[in-house]
Amino acid sequence: MAGIVIDRIAKSFGSVTALQEVSLEIADGEFVALLGPSGCGKTTLLRIMAGLESRSSGRVLIGGRDVSDLKPWERGLAMVFQNYAVFPHMTVYENVAFGLAMQKKPADVIDRQVKKAAALLHIEPYLERYPAKLSGGQRQRVAVARALAVEPAVLLMDEPLSNLDALLRLEMRAELKSVLREAGTTTVYVTHDQTEAMGLADRIAVMYGGKIVQIAPPTQVYARPATTFVGGFVGSPPMNFLPVDSQDGRVTLGGQSIPVPGSGARILGFRGEDVTLAAPADGLALTVRVVEPMGSHTLLTGRIGDAVVRIVAPSSTAVRAGDVVGLRLDPARVVFMDPASGLALDAAA
Amino acid sequence: MTATRRLVFVSGTLALCAWVLVPIYLIALGAFGGRAGAFKWPKEIVPSNASLDALMLFVKIEGVWNAAVNSVIAAGLTMLFSIALGAPAGYALARFSFRGANAFRLLVLLTRAFPLAILALPLTVTFIRIGLYDTPLGVALVHTALALPFAALVTASLFTGIPRELEEAAWVFGCTRLQAFRRIVLPLALPGIAAAAIFAFVISWNEVFAASVLTVRERTLTAYLLTVLAESPLHYRFAGGFILIVPSVLFIFAVRKYLFAMWGVSSK
Repeated sequence: MAGIVIDRIAKSFGSVTALQEVSLEIADGEFVALLGPSGCGKTTLLRIMAGLESRSSGRVLIGGRDVSDLKPWERGLAMVFQNYAVFPHMTVYENVAFGLAMQKKPADVIDRQVKKAAALLHIEPYLERYPAKLSGGQRQRVAVARALAVEPAVLLMDEPLSNLDALLRLEMRAELKSVLREAGTTTVYVTHDQTEAMGLADRIAVMYGGKIVQIAPPTQVYARPATTFVGGFVGSPPMNFLPVDSQDGRVTLGGQSIPVPGSGARILGFRGEDVTLAAPADGLALTVRVVEPMGSHTLLTGRIGDAVVRIVAPSSTAVRAGDVVGLRLDPARVVFMDPASGLALDAAA
Repeated sequence: MTATRRLVFVSGTLALCAWVLVPIYLIALGAFGGRAGAFKWPKEIVPSNASLDALMLFVKIEGVWNAAVNSVIAAGLTMLFSIALGAPAGYALARFSFRGANAFRLLVLLTRAFPLAILALPLTVTFIRIGLYDTPLGVALVHTALALPFAALVTASLFTGIPRELEEAAWVFGCTRLQAFRRIVLPLALPGIAAAAIFAFVISWNEVFAASVLTVRERTLTAYLLTVLAESPLHYRFAGGFILIVPSVLFIFAVRKYLFAMWGVSSK
């Protein structure tokens, strides 16, 4: 068991900066998701932890030990790759046993651990098969079983579910969570899929442009995004943003007076489900352009001024395209950002 | 595929096959048909009095066995050298990005553009001086130079075809670079490496110019036949030609899948 400390890790490829002095502390047994759009540096950071990529500066500590200059085979980690990287010339059993065999464990220990990992991921029926005979989902399980069989202190996962179809992804997500909780493994999970990150992680590190812009538990990342980028990236639909002008610490929207930290131009952010629909006169007027019934809810897309706004309405709503509805915001659930920096302004400040 | 396209495809394939197979078939007819068969016109589709006489007699020609052994030694050494030198070069081309990789790729091929005839005299002089003249080893060294570009490029495409992540996975699970190569990359590349080796063997087996220039007594089979058969009856020449063709055709047929990979054609 081991925690991870990322200490001011930076990486540049030639003149391109992939990571700018990223620091991150991951507690023993914690599940942290690195979430961000492609090119944000999340995979580079993971590969630096694994030793597969060199760093430009900074240190990586695993379990208190500085592993920065160790080769990947000296770090004692396990990793699940995006395309699984299951060895095609070995049976499933040999694949799962690979890490243990490299550690020169006795045969009976290997056998016990392989059986255990196989049982955990329900791949016992395929142990004697070759990977070519398995489906994508089964290969994925083999890759996870191979990683868990070594009972690693730290498990790194690089978009392990991105090659699966939607239904299988949902199924594997739930399964991964229960398996990893049981194993108590410190896990770093790279993904660009915010639902995966929300569902799996104890904490989410949202990365953008080679930096971690917010690290917090999923609910907090969702409700209190640290920047406009986080609000727009996390959650589906993304957070809505309205430019407002604060006067004497308050802003008046559709008859509602909401307290604002400081005064001047502000960006008000609110989630599509944090509003109640009202008569047009009783709230912020929204002209609905598109109505999308999603089953569990109905998605309304429209404009307030120049800003596109998406509202999650109850599925029973009778609003039609072209209607004007009034929105009443929940003052406790709105956030304010600085329009220049995009950074959130603390309501208490 | 439409009917016309199908027709063009099939007739094109047949024409290409005939291009290669008809001469081989004619040589075979001459080899098995005896003196009469070699001169007969029109040719029969199946020789009426097929016999192994010419082949048997040919095998008994003095020096043929010695030449065949020399050929096998030279081709075997060529195979060994070109893989030992070519495979690491191929691995480097496939795995490491270094300045001039593309130039290197081109240069490797350009060695084939250098005419051997120009090299022949200086090579002969040098080989005599250092005692490599008239040895299978000397021939093998020149043949290695000929086979090396193919060995390097074929193995490069082989190694490129093995996902880097397989190696990285092996590293993460405790393999050093060398162990990962031996346990993961090598088993996966082995059939292709064998194919490249056999191709090198065939290149050496078929090569006649360098072998003729660089040997006097210890000739390889091709070089030996070239001198002996110039003075033989026609059906013996056919028998000799047939014996030379058969191994290369069989070898190339066996490894065709991997050679296609070199030219970027996938075959299933």
